[in-house]
Amino acid sequence: MSKFEFPEAIKSRPTYGTLEARPGKAHLFVADAEGAEAIIDLAKADSGLMAKSHVIYIPKDTGDKFVSQLQDLGINQLYVGPSFEAAQTRLQRSLADAHMGLQVYLCGTEGLMGQAQRDAMAAGIPHTAIQTEHRGSVARRMQCVHCKGITEDVMTDPFVCSHCGLNLFVRDHYSRRLAAFQGVCIDAEDPGNVPPSAELYS
Amino acid sequence: MSGAEKINVTVSAVVPLNELVTRFEFKRTDGALFPTFSGGAHTVVEMKDDGLTRLNPYSLMSDPQDQQTYAISVRRDDEGRGGSLFMHNNVKVGDAMVVSNPVNLFSLDLRAKKHLMIAGGIGITPFMAQIKQLDRAHGNWELHYATRNAALGTYVDELTSTHPNDVHIYYDDDKNFIDLENLLDGQPLGTHIYVCGPKGMIDWVRGKTAELGWPLESVHYEEFLAPQPGKPFEVKLSISNKTIQVGENESLLEALEREGVDAPYLCRGGACGQCETSVIGYDGKFLHMDHWLEDDEKASGTKIMPCVSRFEGKTLVLDR
Amino acid sequence: MTIQFKDETFRDDYTFSNSDWAIKRFPFPFHEDSYMYAVNMEQHRGGPDGSVYEKRFDVDEHYVSEMRDRAMVLADDPLRCQSLPHMTLAGWDLLELIMVSKSEDYPDLFELHRDGDQWHWINKPLGIDDKFTFLDETSLPYGPMEYITRQTQGDFCVLDQRDDNLWMDAGIVTTQADWSLDFDIGMNFFEWHAPVPLAHEKGIFVRALKFLLNIQQGAPARRLNWTMTVNPLLDTSPENYHKWGIQKTSLTPENIGQKQHLRVELQTFFRLPRSNALVFPIRAYLASFDDLMTVPKWGRRLHRVIRDLPEELATYKGFIDNRPMMLDYLSRYDDGKPTSDGIWPNLDTDPPRD
Repeated sequence: MSKFEFPEAIKSRPTYGTLEARPGKAHLFVADAEGAEAIIDLAKADSGLMAKSHVIYIPKDTGDKFVSQLQDLGINQLYVGPSFEAAQTRLQRSLADAHMGLQVYLCGTEGLMGQAQRDAMAAGIPHTAIQTEHRGSVARRMQCVHCKGITEDVMTDPFVCSHCGLNLFVRDHYSRRLAAFQGVCIDAEDPGNVPPSAELYS
Repeated sequence: MSGAEKINVTVSAVVPLNELVTRFEFKRTDGALFPTFSGGAHTVVEMKDDGLTRLNPYSLMSDPQDQQTYAISVRRDDEGRGGSLFMHNNVKVGDAMVVSNPVNLFSLDLRAKKHLMIAGGIGITPFMAQIKQLDRAHGNWELHYATRNAALGTYVDELTSTHPNDVHIYYDDDKNFIDLENLLDGQPLGTHIYVCGPKGMIDWVRGKTAELGWPLESVHYEEFLAPQPGKPFEVKLSISNKTIQVGENESLLEALEREGVDAPYLCRGGACGQCETSVIGYDGKFLHMDHWLEDDEKASGTKIMPCVSRFEGKTLVLDR
Repeated sequence: MTIQFKDETFRDDYTFSNSDWAIKRFPFPFHEDSYMYAVNMEQHRGGPDGSVYEKRFDVDEHYVSEMRDRAMVLADDPLRCQSLPHMTLAGWDLLELIMVSKSEDYPDLFELHRDGDQWHWINKPLGIDDKFTFLDETSLPYGPMEYITRQTQGDFCVLDQRDDNLWMDAGIVTTQADWSLDFDIGMNFFEWHAPVPLAHEKGIFVRALKFLLNIQQGAPARRLNWTMTVNPLLDTSPENYHKWGIQKTSLTPENIGQKQHLRVELQTFFRLPRSNALVFPIRAYLASFDDLMTVPKWGRRLHRVIRDLPEELATYKGFIDNRPMMLDYLSRYDDGKPTSDGIWPNLDTDPPRD
């Protein structure tokens, strides 16, 4: 099972549910890696849904593991792509043409869901109407509050900003607009005194 | 003090629009400028009706940028407790009145990529101000307005002559109804829908949008209930240590105010939640009429909205 | 009185200082000898003559220098001022509120002449004389919110009201207690307060939000909040924390009286009429410990509050490491005598210090 129980945290930290089929004529899924399993589970629960769905899937390091299962679900429009960046214009194009009543389902890693949610919100869907289900890695997409650079797939706390090189600790404070958690300098008051890095949730 | 800040005004025009609806215009008595407001705001009008003070909310329907004049349009309700009858029968040009600062419980979501407005009957009034606000900002909007017939089509001529492409009129007597399902289908993402009209119309729009998968946040409605008359009842007030009688034709909130007990309010129509009052004890049954309390709160017997809800029974003790 | 504007700095050589006038009107935030979160709202309808509550937007001796510091922060980091696209109308609302208030409250310093939508604004202390068209963004050098808040002390958050919540959708934030507008913009009331300890559990934010959602036109409200800052540094931003954080370690028993500052925020709340948004000005006042000790009541009370403050709050407010040194200093000004209720200095009625 690829689901992870996140510990209770502050109110800006996103929480995730379990996808359920909602009424509507059109259904858009964006998933990465083990997020495919959430789609497969939902397709089992509601066999008619996939014929009305557009699925954008980025396998990341799961490679071909889930692709053939997805192909067998009878999805109306299935795209398998190499990265979110590569898929993003396709996503934005779909949203630009969409109508009220479109249901958006996001599943997989926090970074993927956050970025897709940002595009869906920009298209006019309130974030509370967008379903999310976390699957797979617990890595975080982090913004350095100092240089504003984004570091993807952060697995340890503290970590080194991939842009400015400061030692940052990982906060639970989360921005939907940036689709990122906040990283703040850990040794500002005692330069060089950086505790050893530990794996998140270890 | 309860409610919004008050403004002393003089009635500057009384304009009958049709058999049922009359527009009332006000100027400030002190000659100063009115505050601007946002489309959808209402003002609470104080009426001194034969020893009774009535406070009725009406949507401001003048141009929100116009600081010289406030205007409301009032539909005469021959069945109600008399607020609209008082306005129609007693209010004359030159009268001194008191209105509240604007309060908006039905504001536009300015993020909307399109504003889709559904009006029924006198529910047109908040849209009159919203349309003026949106026109100034070059907003994208569309109005669908259902009314009984042309003779009762308040502001139909003004709307259709100024906005022939954006205003769609439906007359019940012609069996011409809004085709809601078709209207909703195909609206672009980011559309917000606003409905103001009778309860049936609001429920219809809320139900249909939910069925079609519209987010709750994209559906806006305003429905002020008029307090209904009912059997008189007695209330004990624990904080002010008084026992008061609520008459047949007054609301619990009005009875509190008559006795000098301050209870906060904004809408006086069961919608805003301001006057929510804790029940300390009761023996009898509540007649909850508001749409503020959740069903389980109504069933719990611990809360009441004095602006519209009533009580029947032996004793009611409130935390006021 | 005529305000004598100071030429001073809030960085590098820190030449900031308070006159005796500024100390006596300092908004000391503790009305009793202990502190815990409370909604503590009251109407913002003036206050005692000369107090920071008297005017809708207080102007004091630091005005010109604070505005120069803000311009420097914005030049370094334009992201400190942002407005989401739907908030432009609220920006005009704010410009109107401030121009009308200041020209009425300080006619010797500010003038506003209006002829329909043709407006003429004169700001004498900053040497600004601009004519523009109200509601026409092309007629101002900045957006309306940025234009007017570059001329008004304090940070500003402009909050959109929808879905029974408040949303931080615009603001200018250059004198903040360690939070980032760039990060928090777009968040709702509970989200941007998420990092604050204890208050959520006490239901403070639920009650505060309910109060704020119902603030009406013509009925503004206010409250005080506080924190501690080493040096009179206005820009205690997370963005620059890696640069200023080290200053917290520069306190010594010899310099703490001059360097340690109590930082008080006068927070006010106004409903904005055209947009139905809410503006939340956060005006910061700084006073050194030495300044505060000139009022015996404040000396006694500050010692008792800091001594008894829960550890979580001292950590959140960023002075847990320095608390022992602060208490060493403050205890010398606490002779154990009683203090009067309320925040005012009461120099004539509270007992003199032993």
